[in-house]
Amino acid sequence: MSVIYVLLAISVTVAVAFFAAFVLSVKSGQYDDTYTPSVRMLFEDEIVKDKDKSDQNNQKSNKNSTNQ
Amino acid sequence: MADSTCYHCGDDCGNHGVRFDDKDFCCNGCKTVYEIFTSNGLATYYEIEAKAGTTPNEIRKKYDFLDNQEIVEQLVEFNEEGVQVISLSIPTIHCSSCIWVLENLNRLHPAITVSQVDFPQKTIRVTYKTEDFSLKALVLLLGSIGYEPYISLEEYNKKDKKVDRSLIYKLGVAGFAFGNVMLFSFPEYFEVQEFWLDQYKVVFRWLMFAFSLPVVFYAGQDYFISAYKGLRSKLLNIDVPIALGVLTLFLRSTIDIVFNLGSGFFDSLTGLVFFLLLGKFFQQRTYAYLSFERDYKSYFPIAITRLKSSGEEENVQIYNVEVGDRILIRSHEIIPVDAILIKGHAEIDYSFVTGESEAVFRESGEKLFAGGKQLGDVLEVEVLKSVSQSYLTQLWGNSIFSKDKVSHFQSLTDSIGKRFTITVLTIATLATVFWLIYLPSMALNVFTSVLIIACPCAIALAAPFTLGNMLRIFGKHKFYLKNANVIERLAKIDTAIFDKTGTLTTNQKDAIVYEGMELTEEETALLKTTLRASNHPLSRSLYDILKSNAIMTLDEFQEHTGKGIEGRAKQHSIKVGSAAYVGKEASPSMTSTAVYVSADEDVKGRFVFKNTYREGIGGIFGELGADMDLGVLSGDNDGERQLLQQILSEKTEMAFNQKPEDKLEYIKGLQRAHTVLMVGDGLNDAGALAQSDVGIAVSENINVFSPACDGILDATKMKLLPKFIKLSKSSVKVIKMSFLLSLCYNVVGLYFAVTGQLQPVIAAILMPLSSISIVVFTTVATNYLGKGLKNIEI
Repeated sequence: MSVIYVLLAISVTVAVAFFAAFVLSVKSGQYDDTYTPSVRMLFEDEIVKDKDKSDQNNQKSNKNSTNQ
Repeated sequence: MADSTCYHCGDDCGNHGVRFDDKDFCCNGCKTVYEIFTSNGLATYYEIEAKAGTTPNEIRKKYDFLDNQEIVEQLVEFNEEGVQVISLSIPTIHCSSCIWVLENLNRLHPAITVSQVDFPQKTIRVTYKTEDFSLKALVLLLGSIGYEPYISLEEYNKKDKKVDRSLIYKLGVAGFAFGNVMLFSFPEYFEVQEFWLDQYKVVFRWLMFAFSLPVVFYAGQDYFISAYKGLRSKLLNIDVPIALGVLTLFLRSTIDIVFNLGSGFFDSLTGLVFFLLLGKFFQQRTYAYLSFERDYKSYFPIAITRLKSSGEEENVQIYNVEVGDRILIRSHEIIPVDAILIKGHAEIDYSFVTGESEAVFRESGEKLFAGGKQLGDVLEVEVLKSVSQSYLTQLWGNSIFSKDKVSHFQSLTDSIGKRFTITVLTIATLATVFWLIYLPSMALNVFTSVLIIACPCAIALAAPFTLGNMLRIFGKHKFYLKNANVIERLAKIDTAIFDKTGTLTTNQKDAIVYEGMELTEEETALLKTTLRASNHPLSRSLYDILKSNAIMTLDEFQEHTGKGIEGRAKQHSIKVGSAAYVGKEASPSMTSTAVYVSADEDVKGRFVFKNTYREGIGGIFGELGADMDLGVLSGDNDGERQLLQQILSEKTEMAFNQKPEDKLEYIKGLQRAHTVLMVGDGLNDAGALAQSDVGIAVSENINVFSPACDGILDATKMKLLPKFIKLSKSSVKVIKMSFLLSLCYNVVGLYFAVTGQLQPVIAAILMPLSSISIVVFTTVATNYLGKGLKNIEI
């Protein structure tokens, strides 16, 4: 029945590992700003290339005029 | 075109609009930003959020001091091997487009390697190579796209700011231990006489012990420290019974497992500390981007241009400015010291200091006070006093600014804590004495049980959750408080004192009255056309109220900075400006700002700009007057006493010609018999705001700077002030009701404790149950109260 020692050891190790991960994440500043990353993750590489710039602009002005 | 809005910033384009690339822009500044963005592939800026931009201000030579390497050295966080890292505060960050464009800064200049925005703090952290780039270039680049950073003297003196994350660590430790201990103690809750469980009981118990050690000695240490401090200053605060409870829990549990008497209360212990810390965490979150401790330092520039005797210009740190130095004040720079004007026409905006928005004009030889902002052209001044000796800065020497209001205020929880501790100790002693006579072996068990079960976890949670939640509700309605404690103080207010200029009156809307000979239609049209060309704030306001649609072409236009403007069309000329410029003697008794007009060198009359009172001021006073004394303190003369008496109620006390120190003394005098709320806006109220029990700064734009205070109220929500005070009072009632609720739990628990039947499982159920029900009750109650606020607004 000493298998329970093994199980306990595993359970504590897993728990401590997660706790260590938490401490590291706090230390690296992940909890300092909890808002900006939520916005940042929604951005993709939205840099407009020069060649399709003109029709992008047209789309936008259409969208704009419907807004108004 | 008349009803179009700017593609960049969303402002009304009016008649000044610029058309470019099939889009309307309100000004050339906005158009330039658009050009910069589109030519660098950043046009997505406008897709993430439409019309998100900010009109860039003209910066010109303002940041020349960044050429001084010593100053740059002080500002940057990291500076080695051609790489610099700097955090800049940018008040105009407001939406996701801002984040996007600022994090793509490298598109605008290849030397920028990384830029990261912290939205709640409104700061940006930029890493750049110094090879062909500099801090000054970065600041100018940000300025050119409408994100001008704010660099003030405060930043210069800033020590290495360490982020305090200890509460998160402690919360993590307690939560981690709580979960694990709960798991380990679970088998013993049911007390099954199972062979294997009995066999390994000891292992489980010592594991729990091990997990509770960091909770008691790390996560819970603040409670011991606070209790010790309280006892030393002979105060029984709420932390005393908490510390006592935690300590008893730990010692009793340890003894229990050492002598194999039971499984101990480690689950309750860790749970208790976890819930307490959760309450603290909930209360702690405030508004990172607002600063409530500003003093003159955050208004002042870091450096100023000094003229050497040879006539050369040099940038010096303002603490190094000495009496007798000649310094240059450029357009839109703040005068950091008291000085005498030597050269140039001063047009000084003292709104930081007095709250008075209209600029004053000064001629050479006159004295200028620190804190004013030059609106006109370059000035040359001679320093009269060093920075720390100047009139404005001396106010901060007052001891009131180093006093901490929170530590002098006994909160509701602490006052309950005192009675609570005494009661608990009495019950514990009585029960122990009873058991000593009846069955001595149970005495220690009962004594510790009482201390454990009476640990005021729920009481300690009531205030943080009620006030923390109310703080957030207030925040949603643009009333930002420094901390939750302010709500409790606000509930005790019985006297409210208001500043006049900038608080009761608004800086935004001016009532403009014309006095003098009536202008002909042609003259009005000419006047309006002339004003159209000028960017001066007074011209703009005047332009907006003149009713004339006949826009003519000007043959000639001249702007004399600091004096006025002149326009000429069809042999007629018109002059608008100061009395001296137009050719009239200024009337000496003038209390308000006026602009004089002359047509064909013939003085016609003047436009007088008067302050208007905020909407609903009478209502606010009526509502507040029902349950408190009211007063008005003003730095102005008593010219408007009659009018004020009419708008406000008869009982309102009024004091005029009050200097900043007078205001402070006035509040101090009132405090002998009253609890005083001060509502102000400018730096001149700073002393009074600090002295009062609660100081609230009213602000037209919360991102612009307001003086040190306990709360910042958005000017548009001024009329909600009576409601906020009422809600604070209701919050205190909610806390009291929570106390009652938690007392019920305590009575039930005490029954078990006194009769000697307290099993760990009962404690383990009762404690979280009481804590959670308090949290639920306070959250529901405050949200219900907050709803009332929303209904009013609609």
